[in-house]
Amino acid sequence: MKKKNELLYFALRNTKLRIGLIIILFFVALTFVGPLFTTFQPLDYVNPRGPEPPSGEYWLGTTMFGQDVFTQVVYGLRATFFVGLIGGGLGTLIGVVVGFTAGYRGGVVDEVLTMITNIVLVIPALAVLLIIAAYLKVRGVLVESLFIACFAWPWAARAIRAQTFSLRTREFVDLAKLTGMKDRKIIFTEIAPNMLSYLVLVFILQFGGAILTAAALDFIGLGPTDSISLGLMMNNAVLWGALLLGMWWWFLPPGLAITAIVGALYVMNVGLDEVFNPKLREM
Amino acid sequence: MLKLENLSKVYKVGTFGGQELRAVSEVSFEAADGEVISLIGESGSGKSTIGKLILRLITPTGGRITFDGVDVGGLKGAAFKEYYRRVQGVFQDPFSSYNPIFKADRVFHNVRQEFFPRVPPAEWHDKVCRSLEAVGLNPEHVLNKFPHQLSGGQLQRFLIARALLLDIRFLVADEIISMLDASTRIDVLNLLADLKARGLSILFITHDLSLANYISERAVILYRGCVAEMGATGKIFEQPQHPYTRMLMASVPRLDKKWSVGEPAPKVVPAKLTAGCVYFDRCPLPAKDADCAVTRPPLIEVSPDHRVACSKL
Amino acid sequence: MSLQVDNLRVYYQTLRGDVKALDGATFAVADDEIMGLAGESGCGKTTLGHSLIRLAAPMRYVEGRVTLDGDELPVWDSARMNEFRFKRVSIIPQYAMNALNPTRKIGRMIAELLESRGVTYKSIEPELRRRLDLVKLVHSVLDLYPIELSGGMKQRMVMVISTLLDPSLLIADEITSALDVSSQKAVAEMLVEFRNRGFVKSMIVVTHDISVLYQIADTILIMYAGKLAEKAPTETIIHAPRHPYTRLLISSLPEIGVKYADTRLTGIPGNPPLLLAPPIGCRFRERCPVAFDKCREEPPFIEIAPGHFIACWQESGTHAQA
Repeated sequence: MKKKNELLYFALRNTKLRIGLIIILFFVALTFVGPLFTTFQPLDYVNPRGPEPPSGEYWLGTTMFGQDVFTQVVYGLRATFFVGLIGGGLGTLIGVVVGFTAGYRGGVVDEVLTMITNIVLVIPALAVLLIIAAYLKVRGVLVESLFIACFAWPWAARAIRAQTFSLRTREFVDLAKLTGMKDRKIIFTEIAPNMLSYLVLVFILQFGGAILTAAALDFIGLGPTDSISLGLMMNNAVLWGALLLGMWWWFLPPGLAITAIVGALYVMNVGLDEVFNPKLREM
Repeated sequence: MLKLENLSKVYKVGTFGGQELRAVSEVSFEAADGEVISLIGESGSGKSTIGKLILRLITPTGGRITFDGVDVGGLKGAAFKEYYRRVQGVFQDPFSSYNPIFKADRVFHNVRQEFFPRVPPAEWHDKVCRSLEAVGLNPEHVLNKFPHQLSGGQLQRFLIARALLLDIRFLVADEIISMLDASTRIDVLNLLADLKARGLSILFITHDLSLANYISERAVILYRGCVAEMGATGKIFEQPQHPYTRMLMASVPRLDKKWSVGEPAPKVVPAKLTAGCVYFDRCPLPAKDADCAVTRPPLIEVSPDHRVACSKL
Repeated sequence: MSLQVDNLRVYYQTLRGDVKALDGATFAVADDEIMGLAGESGCGKTTLGHSLIRLAAPMRYVEGRVTLDGDELPVWDSARMNEFRFKRVSIIPQYAMNALNPTRKIGRMIAELLESRGVTYKSIEPELRRRLDLVKLVHSVLDLYPIELSGGMKQRMVMVISTLLDPSLLIADEITSALDVSSQKAVAEMLVEFRNRGFVKSMIVVTHDISVLYQIADTILIMYAGKLAEKAPTETIIHAPRHPYTRLLISSLPEIGVKYADTRLTGIPGNPPLLLAPPIGCRFRERCPVAFDKCREEPPFIEIAPGHFIACWQESGTHAQA
């Protein structure tokens, strides 16, 4: 079996991967298709009667102010995925560049990059964010994503660096050199594919992590000011007494959505690890 | 054919590279065609470093290595690649020598891409099969498999087959059987002996004296980067002269005789380096004096093809 | 009898079923006996060694009895085995260098270990110091962290700690594998010294290096593919083995003095069977040069001469009637 086909074969057979993928695809579909099912805008006050449990008219009920929860969830998902992609993606990219360079070069380059990584790791993100929040009156999802990326990359960098180190000293790299392969070729054909699976895994973790961080930030009120997100929904729900008044339809859907998405991502991660690593497969 | 002249490798270690680690210290020896030389030493002796220096995976800090008279260190470009057609290596850990995400055959594929790009597929397949058979493997059993599906012995033979694809004249075998089971070891060892009979020269790096004795004509005993004794294997093993070699011979567990009672236990060795004899701290010779700690002993010929690095014998 | 093992079966649980790593071991180790346990990878020697002291997942106890000095060892019950560990049965693990807690000073670690067994540090301290002298370690090592010791020193330290409470049975798991030739001899001789001085009563030395066993063991037990192949006094195993596997194994070992030019040694063709679904009958049948029909039936491990046990139809021919 050719290599690519083999990967696909195992990928599709792996239960964890399938379950995770289905859940994620469901939510992605909801993000695109959902707005077609609603004529409202997330922040519109559509229900004159205020908060109401789910009904035929308002599928997930309405908030304290009569906003449609379903609409909010569907638009909020957009923000969630955006943050995951941009925040997580950018964080991974920076982390990969830093980690790989540090790991492959070693020496002084490694020392300097590691020092920078450690410093950023130690900076209290929340404190910095509070300061930024004080200066930026209006914040969008993009700014939030960039911010998350700036503080998430050290985790990726450390992981990639460790992996690069371990790969660089393995004897198959020596063997590749003995085959007369140039360094660049070794990096791209021997080390990178080994790292590729690792990179995908790191990206997925960063994606999930970014979503969680965004939800947390939104929940404490440091999120975007001009749009809706799942975390923001939960923030509002708690602020306006949904827990006390038993308005479960307000905070349960966004919470479940975040849990489901991040959980599915982690399950996919484990499944992917099995797909990429021939030793873990059930052959 | 392959000659090492005063080869040295010094590493800078410690914080800010303040201290020196002399992995290899002015080692010289020569390998002729069709001969097996054992490089014997314990951990820290520098034997693996010498292997890597010969394979140009690391560069020396002193001395030089010549192959057929040409300085290996100066080779560049196409000439450098030619070197790898003549000299190859096999390493200790069979599982680490393969990229785990690819099939084992990939090592052959890489060789083809780099050295035989214009050979048609059918001819290449033939060549590969012949190489596998030459090392005692059945192509049907070992081709198209992942490394973890093959045993250690098969993987090592696979690597030897890879080296044979190129028309090598010198093979660096770095502890290649130490991770194999006892019953497979001897088969791989016999394979090396067969290859030697067909003209291949082998540098057999090991810590196991009985293996060295089984397969090599000449041996070099290393201690902490320096040559302690070298020459014909038979002479070294039957009449070891250097105190270190004697200690090794006395400590090796043998199947034909028991350890003699009353051999002094080797003392704990401090890491300090001196300009003099490296074995000074552990040397039990009565003739040992202050001079030994200051001057490095030269290699003295005690009999034809038997030299010892000790001036007090 | 110091140690008596009866029909011990321990399997490994895997997703694909049970790997029959140790399939029916019956043997005894007498007082003051150093028994070498040898075999190639996958033979079950490590499983046997570990199941006598700590049978933990993924190992699964299937059946069998173990008796030490007349008392039953509840090997299947890890909690109850705690009473015996360190005091009656002890182990020197394979990578002893890594067995020391890196965040504790050695003296403190020993104290904690002793407290967990209900022994005060004070009461043992004089004996501890005597033992440190015996292995030529200065007393100040007790105030050091493991990272400050060399590999050989750590090995000796672990040996002292493991035998501190004078266990009846000591299991030494591949303790010479990671050492240099010169340290190997010192450590192996130390094992014998411990036995001679009565610090331990009997010892099982698990290793793949038979030449070390020749130097220090009284008897050797050879295992193959989860079963016992042969047990006999050392001299017999090395110079007059009867089991075909033992014979082939011994003859494949190069000793100093044997040269390829003079004698070409041979290995054993083929590979050991996979233990997920092992073959019926004698497990060495496929590779055995003298296998015959009866070998499709599993040979019992019986005594063919005083102290010489073997599991082979060919060799136990006249005794098989029993």
